[in-house]
Amino acid sequence: MSSAVDGADTGALTTDPTTDLHEAGPELVQLLTPEGERVDHARFTFGAGLSAEEEAERIRGFYRDMALVRRLDVEATALQRHGELGLWAQLLGQEAAQIGAGRALRPQDFVFPTYREHGVAWCRGVDPVELLGLFRGVDQGAWDPKANNFGLYTIVIGAQTLHAVGYAMGVQRDGHVGTGDPERDTAVVAHFGDGASSQGDVNEAFVFAASYNAPVVFFCQNNQWAISEPIERQTRIPLYQRAKGFGFPGVRVDGNDVLATHAVMEAALQRARDGQGPTFVEAYTYRMGAHTTTDDPTRYRLSDELEQWKLKDPIERVKAYLTRNGLVDQAFLAEVDEEAEALGRRLREGCHALPDPHVLDVFDQVYAEQTEELAEQKAGYAAYLDTFEPEAAR
Amino acid sequence: MTTMTLAKALNAGLRRAMEDDPKVLVMGEDVGKLGGVFRITDGLQKDFGEERVIDSPLAESGIVGTAVGLAMRGYRPVVEIQFDGFVYPAYDQIVSQVAKLHFRSGGKIPMPMVIRIPFGGGIGAVEHHSESPEAQFAHTPGLKVVACSNPVDGYWMIQQAVASDDPVVFLEPKRQYHADKAEVDEDAVPDPLHVSRVVRAGEHATLLAYGPTVKVCYAAATAAAEEGKELEVIDLRTLSPLDMAPVYDSVSRTGRAVVVHEAHVNLGLGAELAARVTERCFYSLQAPVLRVGGFDTPYPPARVEEEWLPDLDRVLDAVDRTLAY
Repeated sequence: MSSAVDGADTGALTTDPTTDLHEAGPELVQLLTPEGERVDHARFTFGAGLSAEEEAERIRGFYRDMALVRRLDVEATALQRHGELGLWAQLLGQEAAQIGAGRALRPQDFVFPTYREHGVAWCRGVDPVELLGLFRGVDQGAWDPKANNFGLYTIVIGAQTLHAVGYAMGVQRDGHVGTGDPERDTAVVAHFGDGASSQGDVNEAFVFAASYNAPVVFFCQNNQWAISEPIERQTRIPLYQRAKGFGFPGVRVDGNDVLATHAVMEAALQRARDGQGPTFVEAYTYRMGAHTTTDDPTRYRLSDELEQWKLKDPIERVKAYLTRNGLVDQAFLAEVDEEAEALGRRLREGCHALPDPHVLDVFDQVYAEQTEELAEQKAGYAAYLDTFEPEAAR
Repeated sequence: MTTMTLAKALNAGLRRAMEDDPKVLVMGEDVGKLGGVFRITDGLQKDFGEERVIDSPLAESGIVGTAVGLAMRGYRPVVEIQFDGFVYPAYDQIVSQVAKLHFRSGGKIPMPMVIRIPFGGGIGAVEHHSESPEAQFAHTPGLKVVACSNPVDGYWMIQQAVASDDPVVFLEPKRQYHADKAEVDEDAVPDPLHVSRVVRAGEHATLLAYGPTVKVCYAAATAAAEEGKELEVIDLRTLSPLDMAPVYDSVSRTGRAVVVHEAHVNLGLGAELAARVTERCFYSLQAPVLRVGGFDTPYPPARVEEEWLPDLDRVLDAVDRTLAY
């Protein structure tokens, strides 16, 4: 086709017509169908080297993890509804993506989360009660990132992807890449979402990671919605294909398939640890809940869409697989339910018991080396508070 | 003792910091083979290798953002922003991440990072190469901000900034890089980083300056002395936190103060200094605190920058006005 204006051949400038954002197609790595059937994939396998019993044990573990973090999410949402939390960012529907990614980690690996990675935090051993502090307004992330190699939640979209690449550059300088020692070689995971893929920081993170061949895995949970904006507003090609432009592999995995996510992440993490550089993993999933508890998805998406995705529920398919193959009994399922109830209770009680900070505490953590002027401000405010009656002064 | 320009002093200071601590890294655009556009990192990559002196992709947010990760991994990155006007792409990483991580983590994530910024004008540059963004960073809790004005301070302050466990925005007056030489005693015991210093004693009025305007104020004081007016000049050195004790002491004696900076006057450091001096020296003041600085316009084309920047005459004009009260 020619331009009518000057006769230039604009037909030479076409985009690849095969780039359907939602066409799952052969590129989607899937090992467990929504119906709970195991399927093979040419490049990725789950459970290589495991005995049948070991494999079943792992999948039962995934089921338990996913059921418990879903309960954690439901409980935190309820706590927000009861006024105990100011806000909660729900993970409903993204359990497989997070548990698959989280369980592929080794202890020495380091994770940089967004604010929705409650499932990954669970895998890392972060006390779930500590996740509530930020949302209750008693702290801004109280867990020790070094204790579980799990960074603080990051609210500014995409900022943490650069931190992950920098951390990975540090790992390289420490000589913790490509030694062949499975307890030494270290990978770093940068979590982000489909909305964040538009951020400059994320694209800069890709450039830096590629340039330095950093041991980092970019794990993008494409949950189709950035608050109210559909994926079409962020991209015109499937996100995993962007990796090619930056010079590293990109993979699209069924993010509602815990086995596939685990298998792909295991490979990507090992590739990083081996010194082969970054990988982009797009976990194709769906945010079944709201963006956060302040959001109302009925204003911008059809309930039909949600109903369609409910059929692909990440937990139900594992349960169907385990049940159909006689790998679990009712006692196991009941036990997980009881555990979930206990976790819910622990979250409620833990949330209520979180101590409020004292306003004077805020002055002390601004700097590693306190400044005189801030110490003076604190002393001045303390003296002012002392002029009130004790109960009012708090 | 070695005679050095500010550029050489910063280079020598960085070199010594890298020798003292293997965790110190230098990163930025063109800092490696080229030695930086101002040659401040000249020779460092040759001597410390590409793993420690890192040429970065051309992306300021990426430079600062990856430095955050390196700091979390236990490194002490010293990042170079090539010019003041190029720091803004990194503004979010500096203000929302670097400045806040220690606070947000309850002290568990220190940010021992230095962000070096050549600042100020007077080199005949094209736009975005002559700005003074210090107030933006001094206004941000969690950052420390310092400005050196001479080779001796350059040599010591850069080492102290690197040794600080807090993030330091380190401002270097680019016009001074290759201007004056001074004797640097590498065995001296330096003043602490966050102290201001009287560089010329006087009794009639106090001039408060930092970075490039220290030299301007010193020249103004020398000229005023010929007319019998003795001006005290204070090199603030530290902009956040401010070290007000020497300022209060001086203004209590002189009763008059003029703040001089290249940055726009509106809501600049001078406004904060004037407010603090007024609060603490109210009964000593003989005149309101005056400010001389860049006008509230974008930095002008180079052909008029010398008229736009505070110079000796504009400083003396302000001195005359304060003495007239």
